[in-house]
Amino acid sequence: MPEPMGFYTDTTVCIGCKACEVACKEWNQLPSTNGGLNTLSGDSYDNTRKLDGIHWRHVKFIEQFTEDRKDGRWLLMSDVCKHCVNAPCLEVCPTGAIVRTEFDTVVIQSDACNGCRDCISACPFGVIETNPVSGTAQKCTLCYDRLQSGMEPACSKACPTQSIQFGTIRELRDKAQKRVEQLHQTGEKRAYLYGADEKMLGGLNSFYLLVDKPEVYGLPPDPKMPTRNLASASWFSVLGAVLVGLMGVINFRNRGARLEDREEQP
Amino acid sequence: MNTFPSSTYFSAPPDWGWLIVFYFFFGGLAGGCYFLATLIDLLGRPEDRPLARLGYYIAFPCVILSGLLLTLDLERPLRFWHMLIESNTYQPMFKPWSPMSVGSWALLIFGIFSLISFLGALAEDGRLDWPAWRKVRPPGMLSGVIAVLGGLVGFYVAGYTGVLLAVTNRPVWSDTPLLGMLFVVSAASISAALMILLAHRSRWTMPAIRALHRMDAWVVALEFIVLIAVMISLGPVFRAWLNAWGLLLFFGVIVVGMLIPLSLHWRRQWLGDRNVTTAAALVLVGGFILRLVIVFSAQRV
Repeated sequence: MPEPMGFYTDTTVCIGCKACEVACKEWNQLPSTNGGLNTLSGDSYDNTRKLDGIHWRHVKFIEQFTEDRKDGRWLLMSDVCKHCVNAPCLEVCPTGAIVRTEFDTVVIQSDACNGCRDCISACPFGVIETNPVSGTAQKCTLCYDRLQSGMEPACSKACPTQSIQFGTIRELRDKAQKRVEQLHQTGEKRAYLYGADEKMLGGLNSFYLLVDKPEVYGLPPDPKMPTRNLASASWFSVLGAVLVGLMGVINFRNRGARLEDREEQP
Repeated sequence: MNTFPSSTYFSAPPDWGWLIVFYFFFGGLAGGCYFLATLIDLLGRPEDRPLARLGYYIAFPCVILSGLLLTLDLERPLRFWHMLIESNTYQPMFKPWSPMSVGSWALLIFGIFSLISFLGALAEDGRLDWPAWRKVRPPGMLSGVIAVLGGLVGFYVAGYTGVLLAVTNRPVWSDTPLLGMLFVVSAASISAALMILLAHRSRWTMPAIRALHRMDAWVVALEFIVLIAVMISLGPVFRAWLNAWGLLLFFGVIVVGMLIPLSLHWRRQWLGDRNVTTAAALVLVGGFILRLVIVFSAQRV
C-alpha cells in the first residue's frame, strides 16, 4: 500500500502562468469552454473564473490594491480539489461512484456516476461540477492514471516555480512547515498552512501556504462535514411527524366524541 | 474584505431546479396523503372510508410522478438504478448516512405500499374485480399493518428531502436542522388541503371531513411556528432571504399560504360556502411556493 500522496501549494511563489491549467486540460483531455470561443472576464487576468467539470485546476488572481493604486499586491493561487481525508463528496455520494484510492486521494468514477449532483452541494470548497460532455460530476483525480504508472500529476510536473509540489503527505508537511518558518524569519509573518493538519476535515491532501485569511482566497475558514446535521435534522423531522400525528389523533378522536354528543342531543 | 456569515458560502450550487421543486411538492403530497388515509382508516368510521381511499388514490400517482421527476433530473437518467444497485459489483447500494441513498430505498418501498393500498382501494370501490385485494382494506389485521408501515415510510418520504438539504454544505439548507421538520409538517398541511378540495368537489359530507378541516388549521399553525423557528435558527445566514426570495416567502408562504387560510378558518362567514375550499387552495399554493423558495434561494446566494 503506497503512502498517502498529495499536493502542497506554496501560493507565495505562484506567478500566475497557468501552465498547471493547461497541463491538466491536455493530460485529462478536458474540452475548452464554448468550443474554444472563450469569453474574457474583462476585469481580471483570470478568465477561467472557477473550478468545474471541465476545469480541474484554476489559478486565482486576487488583487489587493489601495484606491489610488499606489500600493498593493497580487495574491495568486492555483486551486484544485483538496482530496480531503474525510471527504464530504464521498460521504454523501449515493451511487458509490466516489471512491478513495490506494494513494489516499478521492476519485469520481465516471462510469458509475449518474449525475445526481449531491456531491456538488456537499463539497465545501465548490470544487465539483458536471462535465457537460460526460454528463457526470467531475473534478481533479490527482492524475490517478499517472500515479498508477509511477508518474507525478501533470500540473505539478508543469509548474515552473514549484508552487505546486507533489509527494507523500508526510514529506510535504515537513517541507511546508520549514517554508513557513523561513517566511516568518524573513518578515512575512502572515504565512501559515491551510489544511495541513487533521483539524480540517481530517486533513487536506492538497493543502496550501497562504499569506491572508482563507476567505480572501475564496476558501472556507471552517469547512465541515455535511453529516454534521444528520442526527439533529432527523430528530427534528421525527418530532414534526410526532406532532402532526398527535394533531391527527386528537382531531379525529375529538370528531368522534363531538359527533356522539350531537347524536345524544334531542 | 468580504465577510461571510457561514463557511457554507464557498460551496457550489447543484443546479437542482423545477423538477426538484415539483418532486418536493408531489413527494410531500404522496407521503402526507398516505399518512392521512392511514389515520382515517385507523380512527375513522366505516362511512369515512371513501376519504381514506381518496388519500390512497392521490398517493400512488404522486409517488410514481416523484420517481419520474427524480429520474429526469439526473444528468444520466438511464443510470437511475445506480442509486439502488452498485453498478460495478451488482451488490445492493445502501449508505445509511446519506439521505439520498436511504431516500431512494424509501421511495421504492413506499411505492410498493402505495401500490398495494391503491389496488386495495380500487377493489373496495368495486373498480377492480380481484377480491383478494379487498383483504388489504379494513377491517382486518393485515390492513392495519399495511396502513401503519406505509404511513411511516410515507412520512419518511415527506421529510427526508429536508434532511437531505441539511446534509450538504449549501447556505440556508445546511445552516438549519429544521428543514426536514418543516417539510414533514408542510406535507401534512398540503395533503389535508388537497383531500379537502377533492372531497368538496365530490360533495362528500362524511364526518371525517370536518376533522380534516380542523386538523389542517392546527397543522398550518404549527407550520407557521416551525417556519419562524427556521428563520431564527439561520442566524446571520438569514440575510440570504433579505431580498426578493424573502418577499416571496413572506407574501407567498406566510401571508397567502398560512395567515389568510387561518383567518378563513376562524372567520367562517367571510366567503360563505367557498371559505373552506379557498383556504385549502391557498394552503396548497403556499406549500408549493415554500419549496420553490427553499430550493432556489439557497442556490442563488
